[in-house]
Amino acid sequence: MLKIADLVKRYGTGEPVLKNLDLTVEGTSIVAVIGSSGAGKSTLLRCINRLVEPTSGSIELNGVELTSLRGKDLRMARRRIGMVFQGFNLVDRLTVMENVQSGRLGYISTWAAITRRYPKDDIARAYELMERVGIAQYANTRADALSGGERQRVGVVRALMQRPEILLADEPTASLDPRTSEAIMGLMRDLAHELDLPIIINIHNVTEAKEYTDRIVGMRYGRIIFDDAPAALDEDAMEAIYAGSPGADRAAGAQAA
Amino acid sequence: MSALHPRTWARFTMRQRLQRYGVLLACALAVAWALDSIDVIWPWVWDSPAQMADLFGRMVPPDATNLPNILWVLLETVNIATLATALAVVLAVPVAWLAAQNVTPNRATLWLGRLILVSSRSVNTIIWALLFVAIFGPGIVAGIVAITFRSVGFVGKLLGEAIEEIDRRPVEALEATGASKAAIVAYAIAPQVMPTLAAVAILRWDINLRESTVLGLVGAGGIGIVLQGAIDTFRWQEAATVLLCILALVIAGEIVSALLRRRIL
Repeated sequence: MLKIADLVKRYGTGEPVLKNLDLTVEGTSIVAVIGSSGAGKSTLLRCINRLVEPTSGSIELNGVELTSLRGKDLRMARRRIGMVFQGFNLVDRLTVMENVQSGRLGYISTWAAITRRYPKDDIARAYELMERVGIAQYANTRADALSGGERQRVGVVRALMQRPEILLADEPTASLDPRTSEAIMGLMRDLAHELDLPIIINIHNVTEAKEYTDRIVGMRYGRIIFDDAPAALDEDAMEAIYAGSPGADRAAGAQAA
Repeated sequence: MSALHPRTWARFTMRQRLQRYGVLLACALAVAWALDSIDVIWPWVWDSPAQMADLFGRMVPPDATNLPNILWVLLETVNIATLATALAVVLAVPVAWLAAQNVTPNRATLWLGRLILVSSRSVNTIIWALLFVAIFGPGIVAGIVAITFRSVGFVGKLLGEAIEEIDRRPVEALEATGASKAAIVAYAIAPQVMPTLAAVAILRWDINLRESTVLGLVGAGGIGIVLQGAIDTFRWQEAATVLLCILALVIAGEIVSALLRRRIL
C-alpha cells in the first residue's frame, strides 16, 4: 500500500508545485493521474522514488516511510519502486539485455555488473519477461536500433526486473503513435494483473486513461480535485481539471494567498 | 501593408558600423605595434631565399647510409608516442571524472581536477621534457613522461566535457532502480562517453607521434636526437633523410588514425 499524506513540494521560494496532497493506493489497482501540463503530476511521481526531494509530508510504501531515507537505505527503497519514462531513458549504446539487466543494478555487485556476469535467475527472468512482451529476439541488439514501442517495452521490462512493489509510469505513451500507445497501455494493464502490481500512470490521453485504468485522479495546480472510478469522469469533472491554464491558476492562487 | 515598412534597409546601424571600423583599426594598430617592437634584421630576411637554395643544395641527394639506424630510432619514436598515449588515457579518466561538474564528488575535487588539467595543458611538451630530462636524465623515459604529462590535460579536458554533455535521462532511470554511483557510472555514463574517449585517444596518439619527433632536440629520446646530431655535425644529407622519414611517419600516422577512427565510430 502506498500512502501519501500532506505532501508539499516547493521549488525555490515560489508557490508550491504540490499543495498538501493526500493519496492512497491500495491493492493492485491501476491509477491514472491526469491534469494539464504543470499540474504537478510528474513531480508527484518523482517525489515517491525521491528523484525529486519532497519539501514536507509523508510517503509510506508498505509500511516504510520513504521521505526520511538517506544513502544506502534510499537505494534499497528505490529497488522496490519501478519507473517507466516518457522518453524511455534507455542507454542507447548498450544491448537490450544489458538495459534490461540494469534494472537489477541495485541487487548485484558493481563488479558483476561491469563484467556482465549476471545471476542465472536474473537471465532466466529477463528472457521470460522479454518473451512476455515480445522483445526476446532483440536480446543482443543495441537499444537504439529498436522502434519506439519496442524501446518502451524494454523500459517496462527493466522496471519489472526490479521485482517492484509498485510501478510508476511518467507519461509512458506520450512519445508513441496512437496504436503503439494502446498496445503499451494494454500490456501494462495485463502485467499489473499477472504480477499483482499496483501502477500509477501519469497520462495525457484521457480516453486511454478511462479504458485501461481502474481509478482516475485528476490534478489541478498541485491539488487532487477528482478521485473516482473512470466512469465517474464526466464533462463537468473534465472542465474542472482542464479549464483555464496553469498560469491563470497561479495568478488566482497568488491573489488568494 | 507595405506602407508600414521602410523602403531602405541596412544590415547595420551607423553605430554598429562605426564599432566594426573601430575593431578593424585596433587590429591594424596591434599588428603595426608588434612589427615595430620586434627587432628584425632585414638583410637576413632578404638573404633567406639564397640561404634556402644553398641549404637545399647541401641536402640533396639525401644520404641513406645510416638508414637502418634511422628507421630503428623512428620505431622507438612511435613507441614513445604509443606508450605515452596509453599512460595518458589511463591517468586522464580519473582526472576527467574529477573535472566534470556533473559527476565530481564536491567543489574541492572539481577544482583539483581543473587545476591538474590546466597545469598539464599550459606547459608545452618540450618544457615538460626539459624538466624530466633533469629528473630522469636524458633518454626515452623522460620523453614518455613528458608526453604523458601534456596529454593528460588534453584527453582529460575533452573527456570531462563529454561527461558533462551526456544525456541525463538514462542516469535518472538508473538512479530510480536503486543502482549505486559506481554502477551508474558503468552503465549510464561510460557507454555514452566511450566513443569520445576512443576518438580523443586516437587524435592524441596522432599528435604525440609528431611531438615525439622533436623530443630528441632536448635529449628526451626519439628521432630528434639523430636529427640534432646530423645538423650539429653538418651532415645535411643525412638530416634530409631524417626529415623525409619523419614526413613519411607523420603521413602514415595520419592514415592509421583515420582508419581507426572510421572503424570505431
